[in-house]
Amino acid sequence: MTDTIPFSQEISNLLHASEGEPLKNCIQCGTCSGTCPVAGYMDNSPRQIIALINLGKKDQVLESNTFWYCASCYHCSVRCPQEIDITELMYALKRYSIWKNRYQEGLIGPTFSEAFVKMIIRGGRSFEPILATSYIFSFNTREFLQEIQGATELLLKGRLPILPARIKRLENFRRMIGRIIPMGGLE
Amino acid sequence: MKEFAYFPGCSLEKIASSYHISAVETTKKLGILLKELDDWNCCGATTYFYIDELLAYTLCARNLAIAEKTGLDVVAPCSACYKNMFFTAAHLKKDADLADHVNFALEEDNLHFKGTVNVKHLIEVFAEDIGPDELKRKVTKPLEGMRVAPYYGCQIIRPQKDKEDVEQPQFFEELLTAIGATPVNYPLKVRCCGGSLILSSRTAALTMVRNLLQSAVDAQASVIATACPLCQVNLEVYQQQVNQEFGTNFSVPVMYFTQLIGLALEIPHKKLGIGKEFVAMAPHLLPVEHVWGLPRKAT
Ligand code: SF4
Ligand code: SF4
Repeated sequence: MTDTIPFSQEISNLLHASEGEPLKNCIQCGTCSGTCPVAGYMDNSPRQIIALINLGKKDQVLESNTFWYCASCYHCSVRCPQEIDITELMYALKRYSIWKNRYQEGLIGPTFSEAFVKMIIRGGRSFEPILATSYIFSFNTREFLQEIQGATELLLKGRLPILPARIKRLENFRRMIGRIIPMGGLE
Repeated sequence: MKEFAYFPGCSLEKIASSYHISAVETTKKLGILLKELDDWNCCGATTYFYIDELLAYTLCARNLAIAEKTGLDVVAPCSACYKNMFFTAAHLKKDADLADHVNFALEEDNLHFKGTVNVKHLIEVFAEDIGPDELKRKVTKPLEGMRVAPYYGCQIIRPQKDKEDVEQPQFFEELLTAIGATPVNYPLKVRCCGGSLILSSRTAALTMVRNLLQSAVDAQASVIATACPLCQVNLEVYQQQVNQEFGTNFSVPVMYFTQLIGLALEIPHKKLGIGKEFVAMAPHLLPVEHVWGLPRKAT
């Protein structure tokens, strides 16, 4: 089956706060890429990702690490002369890629996000030790040891929780979430 | 006494407990009461927005609706919590359909978002509700000679809300001047610390942390002041890893702005959570504490 709407339109539809197709206003000036502190680590810079979307290169976009490397710093968004909210676009692409279950192999971002949301649904609050399991095993030995060293020191200084915190009205909270998303896959 | 509904956020429970205690103690001394929000839930950091926007708005809205019941405005000390809750409130106030949808879910917890609440970052309470002039009047121990790099980071100032200066803000410097410290000017004060990339894209984030530390050190800062737990952890806890990774030799204390204000108000170190740092402040920077009129060695 072929897509009924063009990829660029599909992505624009995800930017619900904007009217029309904001990405079409991009003049490819490169201010976003020049501003982005992570651009050097992205396989396509923010400017390039927008060009690829506008050209309908869906596969290339989904195979790119760009949006998973975005730190959500909003620096590009406040500087874009065309008032394109590039940070929002990066969020939208993350959601799109999780929804389509297609992302570059070896990225920590998608697994981490899912683990985080599951954790919140379970207890209502964040608990660092559980979360660590979603990324720490993909570290190399040196990184792993550095992370353990850091965590041990935090623990010794009383800065890591031993038990997960939970909210009181957890049952209500979970029913509330159930009205937004199907809980089956997330429990 | 002015009151706020205080949303500490998950980090302040443990990893940033010194931010929590210093926030409560300094505001109290300045005539502001932070009343912790009842049964608050995690704001979602940036992550809910990666998975589902509506879910993200609903989780933030639950906290906002709980705050509305108290009639008080919300204060968040963490920049990510602040950004999430500020913009959730703004979107829900503008978009009635979205608010309907979210309210349908909130019914399960007998809550309703009306749109009466405002959201502030803790540093705005100091910069606006207290103000540098009033703060200066309350200072009893000016931090003379302390060169501090005010680190704004991202989400206090971005996204832009109105016409405020997002490139060269000054409110942090004004607070530091009010407590007698010397704010240093360094080019990276509004650049990103890497945020959660420290977990997911480690090399990129460590490079960002290194650049920031270098920028502050080049400006001869002896301390970096932050207003966000994530920034504090990245800049302080990961300093060792930056040193190991890049062969650098950084040893810069990274303190919460509330801890520095507390020192200038002569609040005891213990009540400011001082002593849990990875990189302690140099003893000559810490004002000596006086107990029963006797000078005591700084802890
Ligand atoms: S700054 Fe804006 S207009 Fe310029 S390339 Fe980036 S998105 Fe396009
Ligand atoms: S928001 Fe993302 S894409 Fe934009 S400058 Fe920051 S890291 Fe780069």
